Amino acid sequence: MDLDHTAEEDVFRAEARAWLAAHVPAAPLPSLETEEGFAAHKEWEARLHSDRWSVVSWPKEYGGRGADIFKWLIFEEEYYAAGAPGRVSQNGINLLAPTLFDHATDEQRARVLPSMASGEVVWAQAWSEPEAGSDLASLRSTAVRTEGGWLLSGQKTWSSRASFADRAFGIFRTEQGTAKPHQGLTYLMFDLSAHGVTVRPIGRLDGKPAFAELFLDRVFVPDADVIGEPGAGWKVAMSTAGNERGLTLRSPGRFLAAAGRLTDLWRARADPGDTALRDRVADAVIGARAYRLFTYGNASRFAAGASIGAESSLNKVFWSDYDIALHETALDLLGADAELAQSEWAEGYVFSLAGPIYAGTNEIQRDIIAERLLGLPKGRR
Amino acid sequence: MRFLLDDEQRDFARSLDAMLTAADTPSVVRAWAAGDHGPGRELWSKLADAGVFALAVPEAYEGVGPGGPLPVELAVAFVELGRHAVPGPVVETVAAAVLLAGAPPLAKEWLPRIAAGEALVSMADATQARAPYALDADAADGVLVLLPTASPCALRLAPPGHGPLHPSADPARRLFRPLDGGEEVTVAAGAVGAARDWAAFLTAAQALGTGEALLAQTVAYVKQRTQFGAAIGSFQAVKHRLADTLTGLEFARPLLYGAALSMAPGDIAAAKVTAGEAAYAAARTALQLHGAVGYTEELDLSLWLRKARPLRDAWGRPSECRARVLAA
Repeated sequence: MDLDHTAEEDVFRAEARAWLAAHVPAAPLPSLETEEGFAAHKEWEARLHSDRWSVVSWPKEYGGRGADIFKWLIFEEEYYAAGAPGRVSQNGINLLAPTLFDHATDEQRARVLPSMASGEVVWAQAWSEPEAGSDLASLRSTAVRTEGGWLLSGQKTWSSRASFADRAFGIFRTEQGTAKPHQGLTYLMFDLSAHGVTVRPIGRLDGKPAFAELFLDRVFVPDADVIGEPGAGWKVAMSTAGNERGLTLRSPGRFLAAAGRLTDLWRARADPGDTALRDRVADAVIGARAYRLFTYGNASRFAAGASIGAESSLNKVFWSDYDIALHETALDLLGADAELAQSEWAEGYVFSLAGPIYAGTNEIQRDIIAERLLGLPKGRR
Repeated sequence: MRFLLDDEQRDFARSLDAMLTAADTPSVVRAWAAGDHGPGRELWSKLADAGVFALAVPEAYEGVGPGGPLPVELAVAFVELGRHAVPGPVVETVAAAVLLAGAPPLAKEWLPRIAAGEALVSMADATQARAPYALDADAADGVLVLLPTASPCALRLAPPGHGPLHPSADPARRLFRPLDGGEEVTVAAGAVGAARDWAAFLTAAQALGTGEALLAQTVAYVKQRTQFGAAIGSFQAVKHRLADTLTGLEFARPLLYGAALSMAPGDIAAAKVTAGEAAYAAARTALQLHGAVGYTEELDLSLWLRKARPLRDAWGRPSECRARVLAA
């Protein structure tokens, strides 16, 4: 048992750190959840890509560096420590790409991945529906067979970044009246600018127009854009869900950097006699360390051949609750300034509030933990 | 990088678990709480035979550590001791072994006996603002008192005997004030702080095992206890509490092993507070989900329930640990 990095990993870290030091914009970019910020972040993605830093864990043929999971974690630690911009391509890179690697054809990978890596095509996830959130399998949007492809109809909602994104991926019902609701679903990709698609932005709690509902009226999708077997979309989708809750969406690097900034804020502003606040700052430091070590443990298991499983639900519950506690502590340290809506901490706080809701609510994650990790019987939700 | 226990370490945990299961530790704990140390000393010998105490003792003193104690293996062992609620000054004996390794004449006298399971050593911290208690001094062969750093000597070997019993919240933790006087000993600068860190580290491991045992017993109970015509483990309110308990324990575990790799005071403090809080939360959940039967002494669950809070606070209360994390 050890936490030692190899000499090669140290070289990789130094290389990433040097590149980021030379390239991270001096002033923060405008929020990627606005039209202006979206464009600025696409430019940043192109810059990352030009030196092969946008998708370090992908094979070299698709623009990556073939980095293993330990190097990916190192890159993420350096990325957040450098204060680099948020990743506008994250839905594609973290959610669609793993699905493509596992389930797509070579032709699909060659067609979709390079423009995702460069940030030229930004992807949105189109999963939730008005009547299908936590009970995702109850979704009603349909894909109906037609000459050479499928026609999509229905409504998707809460689709992050769909207001500005180029393409979307999601699951659709292709068979009615199946024995179980998660049968007869098909996973496919479509253009948000296609004929029949209406994108209606929805203002979020933070006032940003970044998520949207999608109205689909006989939108044509060619067979080439179906991922995996028609009817087997649930299985394909669930491999994506594991990635979403697991490591990729919230790497430890993000929280290590945030806890470091919080500690700096505490040293600069706190009343040394306020031990209650001090304890909460310590908990933020401890939580970031715990999450990092937990992740290194999982990475060690993956490197030894294990696959991602229900423990990704432990991750999700942990980081989402942790993120809120960390930001609440920062706001309490800021005192009266905490109310100012445009500070980094205030924006981070509002964003953190969504954590227990998206990527599968924490209630669903706790059900998964209880049933699959503790072996408790299924019951009424 | 391989932040995972290896096969040998996992086998060691499994063999200790099997041995302790066979030893019927609940009856040993009950005897110990009643002041009968016989079964406890017998169990102590079995632990020594399994190599537990030798892990803390260098080869020069008949232990197995090449130069010093083996923290990862000791963490593995102490999780199992916690899981089985093993009574006695196990933490104090190992921490004392680490401390005495730096005091050659005492080391020669005590370490081989500790490694062989023949000596139980308790340890009291005189730097504590309130009265320093020595755990199980009535069963111990020696009691070390850690002195404040301002003192010219680092520690004191208390004379044999002890004051009256001060009952603990956990009857199997028997607390006594050490007697005054005895031999004063000077050890290397920092050795006393390191002994305190070792005690915190081992208590964290013991707490994690205690929490795991509480969770396992509760999961088993809610699967078979029915109400409203269904196993209560099928109710979401019950599931979610147990999911949170597991989450707390699973994120304490890597902190423990991370601390074992560095033995840095801040890392140990982080592990101590997290494991202690997770185990205590597990105890609260275990009691709530067992209902009234959990509130009885006769159910063996009580042996773990009453241990969780003292372990959370022994050798580093949560707030002290948090202060240490930020000081690091």
